[in-house]
Amino acid sequence: MDSAKRLGRRLLPQFIALALILALIWMVFPAFFSLEMQNGRLYGSLIDVLNRGAPVALLAVGMTVVIATKGIDLSVGAVMAICGAVAAASSVRGDPLVLTLALAIGTGLICGLWNGFLVAVLNIQPIIATLVLMVAGRGIAQLVTEGAILTFNDPGLIYIGSGSFAFLPMPVITWLVFGIAVAVLLRRTALGMLIEAIGINRRASTLSGIQTPVLLMAAYMLSGFCAALAGLIVTADIKGADANNAGLWLELDAILAVVVGGTSLLGGRFSIIASLVGAMIIQAINTGILLSGFPRNST
Amino acid sequence: MKFAKALSCATILAACTFGTASAADLTIGFSQIGSESGWRAAETTLTKQEAEKRGIDLKFADAQQKQENQIKALRSFIAQGVDAILIAPVVATGWDEVLTEAKDAEIPVILLDRTVDSKDDLYLTAVTSDLVHEGNVAGKWLVEATAGKPCNVVELQGTTGSSPAIDRKKGFEEALKGNDNLKIIRSQTGDFTRTKGKEVMESFLKAEDGGKNICALYAHNDDMAVGAIQAIKEAGLKPGADILVVSIDAVPDIFQAMAAGEANATVELTPNMAGPALDALDAFLKDGKAPPKWIQTESKLYTQADDPAKVYEEKKGLGY
Repeated sequence: MDSAKRLGRRLLPQFIALALILALIWMVFPAFFSLEMQNGRLYGSLIDVLNRGAPVALLAVGMTVVIATKGIDLSVGAVMAICGAVAAASSVRGDPLVLTLALAIGTGLICGLWNGFLVAVLNIQPIIATLVLMVAGRGIAQLVTEGAILTFNDPGLIYIGSGSFAFLPMPVITWLVFGIAVAVLLRRTALGMLIEAIGINRRASTLSGIQTPVLLMAAYMLSGFCAALAGLIVTADIKGADANNAGLWLELDAILAVVVGGTSLLGGRFSIIASLVGAMIIQAINTGILLSGFPRNST
Repeated sequence: MKFAKALSCATILAACTFGTASAADLTIGFSQIGSESGWRAAETTLTKQEAEKRGIDLKFADAQQKQENQIKALRSFIAQGVDAILIAPVVATGWDEVLTEAKDAEIPVILLDRTVDSKDDLYLTAVTSDLVHEGNVAGKWLVEATAGKPCNVVELQGTTGSSPAIDRKKGFEEALKGNDNLKIIRSQTGDFTRTKGKEVMESFLKAEDGGKNICALYAHNDDMAVGAIQAIKEAGLKPGADILVVSIDAVPDIFQAMAAGEANATVELTPNMAGPALDALDAFLKDGKAPPKWIQTESKLYTQADDPAKVYEEKKGLGY
């Protein structure tokens, strides 16, 4: 009970900001909170916020952990494009769904491993190390799709992007379940504390016996995993892999979500739940602007 | 020093020999911007096909979106003494010097799909599409399709500030002028991408009474239309029937949607810029007849009546 109260106090500023923004949208667009059932799932602007915010929310989960280790992962947008391209290429080849998903997620993990290797083993500054894949990643994705938008028709893969489960769109379920699972895993075990220790003082953590390189690599691999999930969702959503535009600039949104969530860019204490709320704040602003009819470039 | 002189003599000699070659076995250099979009990949494929059809030896150079690479390619074409140069310039400025070099070497240069800021005596002609006209064709189709019935239109714009977005909007609005039954009720940018097209359309649908208030969608490119079609379907409406869909570009995927009855019309931005360019060049080399400084490509309208399934098959292999 005590920990729940503490979490509530920690999240209070974020929830106040979210409530203010929602109230503001509601004033401009009164039908914002109306929900109805359509095609067996809830349908409405509020659901759109949860649904469209899924990629940034997923990226924010991995980004929070990486930032907690005093790192940063700029490559997530490009990794999304690569994983989406791999999934689409595999689906077009006619691979079974399980293999398609395994390939996409495996690709994300390998990208994360590469970043983690540069940071943890070669000791390159994270902002530089992950810049490599940020710049090169879209080229790799282009190679996979051969420069075109690769469209597919596998209903299983499309379900990940636009299917629904328990009256909610699949992307919403994905980020909610995944985000909470990671948060619980890190907080109910010592993992979260060890990650914070690395972020506060990497050298002291190593000297006190923490397997710093392994944990660092795991953090970047988690970020790669999140990017793979996000890439699968955006690819499945439009039934095609758009290597040029999938996840473009989303790394910045993800970092913003983490910062809005109150996690310090200098590493150390972090809160995944707060980052998820941060992602929803960003998406609420985006959706609100679209609904209000203001031109997009005014943001 | 002596060697360099000999080399330059040989180059000039080689250039002279090439220069006197008959029109049938021309050597032409083509400097392409890169392959940033499917459309450009299709343009490259079609240029190669057109050259092969005419028995032209095409030297292809991919500039990877860099002007310096294009200038380098042009200089190397000049040194090789090609008979003509095709170039899709990546930016509009900074071409004076290299175009003058080509002019001094008496090599005609033809601009494809984009123009430059240089004086127009530095190049033979420019083959481009008229973006305003494209918007106009789309608008006229909608005027005819609605036949005077009241119709609320939503518009998905291209990337804010880009010339296709500005011109395609302008042309569409011109076509609608004087038809008071047609009203553009919402207009937002979808950044030319499927994801944004879908997201923006979702919010249009919510904002306009679940889409019941919308009768037509005009998208500045097909990709946004493809995204929007999915949003319309997910909202429980029938794209192509409940909401008319008209867009521009004519990429293969929109023909699939048209074949399925989910899109109504598209205006082609033809990737075959090389065909008219090579025809003009042929006439110029044969009779010395200089073509007009601007050759406008056809903005052809495709509707569901044009056998979209067949067009899809034709377009599929072009690398879109």
